[in-house]
Amino acid sequence: MNYMDIQHVQKKMKTRIVKNNILKYIFLLATVIGLVVLATLIIRVFTQGIGAINVDFLTGHLSTAPERAGIMGAILGTLWLMAVVIPVTIIIGIGTALYLELYLKEGRTRALIQTNISNLAGVPSIVYGILGLTVFVRAMDLGNIVLAGGLTLALLILPIVIVAAQESIRSVPQHLTEASYGMGATKWQTIRRIILPAALPGMLTGSILAISRAIGETAPLTVIGIPALLIPFPEGITDKFTALPMQIYYWTLDAVLVEEYAKLASATIIVLLLLLFILNSVAIIIRNKFQQRY
Amino acid sequence: MSLATVQNVQKQAATNQNTIFQVDNFNLWYGETHALKEVDLSINEKEITAIIGPSGCGKSTFLKTLNRMVEMVPSVKTSGDIYYRSQNILNKSFHVENLRTRVGMVFQKPNPFPKSVYENVAYGPKIHGIKNKKTLDEIVEKSLRDAYIWDEVKDRLKENAYGLSGGQQQRLCIARTLAIEPDVILMDEPTSALDPISTLKVEELIQKLKEDYSIVIVTHNMQQAARISDRTAFFLNGEVVEFNDTETLFSNPSDQRTEDYITGRFG
Ligand SMILES: Nc1ncnc2c1ncn2[C@@H]1O[C@H](COP(=O)(O)OP(=O)(O)OP(=O)(O)O)[C@@H](O)[C@H]1O
Ligand SMILES: [Mg+2]
Repeated sequence: MNYMDIQHVQKKMKTRIVKNNILKYIFLLATVIGLVVLATLIIRVFTQGIGAINVDFLTGHLSTAPERAGIMGAILGTLWLMAVVIPVTIIIGIGTALYLELYLKEGRTRALIQTNISNLAGVPSIVYGILGLTVFVRAMDLGNIVLAGGLTLALLILPIVIVAAQESIRSVPQHLTEASYGMGATKWQTIRRIILPAALPGMLTGSILAISRAIGETAPLTVIGIPALLIPFPEGITDKFTALPMQIYYWTLDAVLVEEYAKLASATIIVLLLLLFILNSVAIIIRNKFQQRY
Repeated sequence: MSLATVQNVQKQAATNQNTIFQVDNFNLWYGETHALKEVDLSINEKEITAIIGPSGCGKSTFLKTLNRMVEMVPSVKTSGDIYYRSQNILNKSFHVENLRTRVGMVFQKPNPFPKSVYENVAYGPKIHGIKNKKTLDEIVEKSLRDAYIWDEVKDRLKENAYGLSGGQQQRLCIARTLAIEPDVILMDEPTSALDPISTLKVEELIQKLKEDYSIVIVTHNMQQAARISDRTAFFLNGEVVEFNDTETLFSNPSDQRTEDYITGRFG
């Protein structure tokens, strides 16, 4: 008995192949559209901004006069923010993920927490700004300092970091953890010697990608209240600050008044992109360096 | 005291001394699945005990209860007692880490860590607090020698264990278990992922290990059970149908179901 009718199959073969090719071009088109838009954006930013970049611009203080304005304060502000965001998200994020995946028993509590974390990942960033304003700036009376901003941004990306870290923990093959437990290792020994080395590259890449998102955020910072013209440089996490995306935001906003500001905004975008590029390169280096095979 | 009583007392003493695991009336459920039913078994010192039976009859489950690995499945519930050297291992106050230091395990699929050959073997001693480099070196060499793999890996101790062949990986895993100097070694189908020559090597190794260790081995291969074990338990649907000297069980089974299984009539 034959279920496969060769003639019928051959008759249909042509349309199948045509369909296959059409879809290939649709996917290609989708990719090209994305790339073209991105390239236009970058080219525009570079042609407009590159002329404004020089040593004075990079190392100077802010000023209302476009030709004297520098963004060192914003660069330092962003770096100080990172100094808060990076340790807070990595420590709390990985700690939470380890607890949820390895200590908390499966059941209703865990399902509840899990659903909440996933939902939090979808909450708009401005809502985190309101949370940061209420809790850190007002209730804890920190004011609009780096620490308050950093903690707010850390909260914003924590759900993403936790979920990414959980995925990395889950992807550690069970036969490895079993081998460790089977020799009398405690949970912590197994985490430290087997799970973390295997999961860390994934955890760190996930975290760094999330952190670069946080670094580019403006919405939560505008809610917390960042001064539009802050002349002194921030010297620590308890100082008032401005950050690169905030500066881009203010200059773009004011470009209707002073045309030159548009160039400064573009120049600042280039600096921010460069910073994010460095951060992502670090993520790639970490991933390649620690990647293990099973 | 009559002679019979004296002999009885002596026999009692002898069995107590030689019994490492005493399983009494043990039941295990995975949620609703009753995977082990009223299991009574004793495992003797310096013997190879084979566990045979058709797929899904509870062999792995039984083996994993002996080092309490089975608890890693959240839905597991048990009743009954298991004594390891007369301590009840199911007691809440009994630390699994202690048990697993004395009762090592070799898994079906070779599962070396993604570390060097050396680090694989040194893993156990290190987690149990040995830091001295020289001591570790000695342990690594001795364990690899005892697992008959030293000559093959002595020049590649620093290489990743994943570069070894499947059979070498399995013997490395045995060496890794030997490094914690266990009392008992549990093996779950240790040769089922290996080719015939590696299988033979591992079988020889197991027989050699019997001089110093007590071994419980799960196997699908009845020739293997017959070849290497002293006593054999036949499991069916979570029950122990028959448990006897290997020779008796294979040549003169007392239960019809055992006979059907070992003659290949089902399974
Ligand atoms: N993690 C688990 N969750 C639920 N049920 C399980 C689990 N592990 C095993 N079981 C069930 O328990 C029974 C015994 O399984 P076990 O793995 O002990 O069998 P086995 O004799 O080792 O089989 P095989 O020879 O195929 O390895 C089976 O019915 C199986 O489906
Ligand atoms: Mg099994």
